Amino acid sequence: MSGFFSEPVHIGLAIVLGLLLSASVIVSVMRMRDEDNQYKELSDRVKSWWVMIGIFSLALLSSPNVSVVLFALISFLAFKEFVSIIPLRRADRRVLFWAYLTIPFQYYLVATGWYGLFVVFIPVWVFFLLPFRFLIAGQTDGFLKSVSAISWGLMITVFAVSHAAFLMKLPLSDGSVGGPALILFLAVLNQGNDVAQYVWGKLCGKHKIIPSVSPNKTWEGFLGGVGTTAVLSVLLSTILTPFSFGFAIMIGIFLGITGFIGDVTMSALKRDLRIKDAGALIPGHGGILDRIDSLSLSAPLFFHMVRYFYGAG
Amino acid sequence: MKQNVIQFLRLCFYGVVIRPILILMLGLNVRHLERLSVEDMPRLIAANHNSHLDALVLMSLFKLADLPKVKVVAAKDYFCRTPFLTWFSMNIIGIIPIDRKGGEQDPLAPVLSALDAGYTVVIFPEGTRGDPEKRQPLKYGISKVLEQRPDTQITPVFMHGLGKSLPRGEAMLVPFVCEINIGEAVRWDGDRTHLIETLGACFDTLEAELEPKEWL
Repeated sequence: MSGFFSEPVHIGLAIVLGLLLSASVIVSVMRMRDEDNQYKELSDRVKSWWVMIGIFSLALLSSPNVSVVLFALISFLAFKEFVSIIPLRRADRRVLFWAYLTIPFQYYLVATGWYGLFVVFIPVWVFFLLPFRFLIAGQTDGFLKSVSAISWGLMITVFAVSHAAFLMKLPLSDGSVGGPALILFLAVLNQGNDVAQYVWGKLCGKHKIIPSVSPNKTWEGFLGGVGTTAVLSVLLSTILTPFSFGFAIMIGIFLGITGFIGDVTMSALKRDLRIKDAGALIPGHGGILDRIDSLSLSAPLFFHMVRYFYGAG
Repeated sequence: MKQNVIQFLRLCFYGVVIRPILILMLGLNVRHLERLSVEDMPRLIAANHNSHLDALVLMSLFKLADLPKVKVVAAKDYFCRTPFLTWFSMNIIGIIPIDRKGGEQDPLAPVLSALDAGYTVVIFPEGTRGDPEKRQPLKYGISKVLEQRPDTQITPVFMHGLGKSLPRGEAMLVPFVCEINIGEAVRWDGDRTHLIETLGACFDTLEAELEPKEWL
């Protein structure tokens, strides 16, 4: 093969677009007989997928730094949604300003490939210095609540998401650098796992896993999703990654499990705040936090698995 | 400058600059946008007031094609500090300057003449911004407008979040998602007190629907 399909990323994106196209066809057939409009949300969801995958593909195809900027934007939107749904004090406004500024810096570290600082900036420097900025504000009532909420928010929306972007710069043991193919692999498996768990749950879900947190999650959905993700991992890893067969199966199962944990973690947060969705940015999906809930856990864990087994040095 | 050049600049200002910035920086989460029509004139859009950003956000909610038919009431002492700012506020933002200190002229006269000219007018019946995200009692000014122009409909708009992003007395903008809930139009029924009560009740309902997150 030559031309467009000479790059692994191009083949990967073509597969994704093929899957999306078939989803669109299936949904529009379902919509034809849909008198009581029960598939409206599903249809919105697929349309939003086109937009999201479109933006994501353009970023991956253009240049590494454009992808980094896209992930920075995702972090920003997610962190903004997070601080808008949690209860905060008026005194926290000024601290939040500094918290927002960690985003450009964290992604600057990604863009320059400065791993040493990238991996400690938020969990060490920001984590220990931000409380000091809180106490300068002078209000000690609710101090612990605000400090922990903002720190956790930065971890899941900025620190975690930036790991997906850093895959672009990750040096591998075979002398190559991660690049867009590795990001695509993570994104497809992670988001594909969400869809697979949803579809399996709809098709044959019976036994609930944690009804008190997420009533729609079933064992059938979970196991079907993990299995599907493992198969998808084996298929895609030959095109997009240097992974061995064994590692591909293992990482597929791993991503299925971490995706599930990330998903229900965010569900627990939303349940605590008594909201259904974190926002309304993406029609059919809710907010951006609702879309990246599973990624916020999968990205850093996947990153460190790959770095441990396939990273250089 | 020619009117159509100014109109073009105005559409660029909202369509290319303000709206993308507001959507990206803050995020506007709007319910019942379809209630914000400019068709059956004359119409007042009545919103609660938290921030200097309120006017820009409300104007951005309109379709670009409708924008030439919309004006927003704003404080003269803030929006008309310099000659350039005055020109910009009047022509590009599209404000109707109101003298808050109560000059010699009837402060409502410009609103009435804008309604007569067929504009949809955005007003803030609480008057001042007050403490951010705390609703103020509605002033009677809006009812005086209705008394003199009884055909006017009032569309209430409740906004939450801008008072967190840019409250009074703060120069630093901190992004928070702005939640907006638009209500059904209210009509004049001949009694000023009753109108204020009806409008107040509308705002209560709109606020309750949003379940806004107050500061702790």
